[in-house]
Amino acid sequence: MVDFLFSHVSRVRSGKYYCIPVSTETAKKFQIYRHDPDSKGTPRLDTYEVDTQSCGPMVLDALLKIKNEIDSTLTFRRSCREGICGSCAMNIDGTNTLACLKPIKEVKGDVKIYPLPHLRVIKDLVPDLSWQYSQIELIEPWLQEDTSPPPLAERLQSPEERARLDGLWECILCFCCQTSCPSYWWNGDRYLGPAVLLQAYRWLSDSRDESIGKRLDILEDPFRLYRCHTIMNCTIACPKGLNPGKAVGRIKQMMLKRSE
Amino acid sequence: MPHQDRPLSPHIQIYRPQLTSLMSILHRITGVALVGGTFVLTYWLGAAAYGPVAYAQAQVLLSSLVGSLMIFLWSVSLFYHLCNGIRHLIWDLGYGFEREQVYASGFIVWVVTAVLSMLAWGIGLSV
Repeated sequence: MVDFLFSHVSRVRSGKYYCIPVSTETAKKFQIYRHDPDSKGTPRLDTYEVDTQSCGPMVLDALLKIKNEIDSTLTFRRSCREGICGSCAMNIDGTNTLACLKPIKEVKGDVKIYPLPHLRVIKDLVPDLSWQYSQIELIEPWLQEDTSPPPLAERLQSPEERARLDGLWECILCFCCQTSCPSYWWNGDRYLGPAVLLQAYRWLSDSRDESIGKRLDILEDPFRLYRCHTIMNCTIACPKGLNPGKAVGRIKQMMLKRSE
Repeated sequence: MPHQDRPLSPHIQIYRPQLTSLMSILHRITGVALVGGTFVLTYWLGAAAYGPVAYAQAQVLLSSLVGSLMIFLWSVSLFYHLCNGIRHLIWDLGYGFEREQVYASGFIVWVVTAVLSMLAWGIGLSV
């Protein structure tokens, strides 16, 4: 729910400062949100100086360098380091993106890193995404059909039918768009959000799927779909260059067509 | 729902203002301002119907510095809400969702709002 007053447990205080004895020209400051669930304290913002000359080009490289060489307690999710797993989604320099795809050079001044916005934090940069996963489950992201497939054959798609899934299947569920949406911040308990709605549209667009009516029934709700106010932060945020805002717009049009 | 005893990660206080969300919240703010302006308009019309004394009083109030500023902001709100409303209607028709288009249409809304405001005040002050 809306937390305008930033309740006590969530308030961020300034934290430790880790400096390194190198020339200040290649040193870059990383201010990173820290929360230790085992201590009673509130979250803090630690500052690490990193020598960018001996560090890889991406923000994820700097995070790994900090964890390896400065502070092994720093906790974050990462896996593929090439923008295909979606694990290292976080808020860097004020916008949501993947740490592995964000060049350090793109950030002017200190690099501020927070977890994805408006989520419950498990530790440091690791937010609790179980609510978002349950929302994905709600839209039943699997192929559903009533008719049986042709005997001993696949359900075929024409190249045009297949092309309709482009721009949708590439979503890696990093939730950068989901947590960039102010409407999702305030109504995330009932609004499904851009990432989940893009998934919903992926199945609505599949020529092999035969339960469009049921899928639209699931979405037909003042909150689940219609809390989208076309703010379009989602489309601007997507690190894969997809367009969740457009997908939600298409679902709204499908709803309209159905009611005609 | 997730554990409520865990801290909530920072959101609006750390998210870099985006042209997209800024224009969206402005749409709401100007919408509220328009409702407020309608009350003022009603007061002005009411005063005109009530009699010359009440009307003169309303004129003094509305032509004061604060009154003029309010009318100015109200007119800008009107033009912004109109232009951005049309932008929303275009989205509702299914067009203009690409990133470049979103920025371009946003820019057009700024420019047209400024032009309409200047035109209205230019004409209004010259007659």
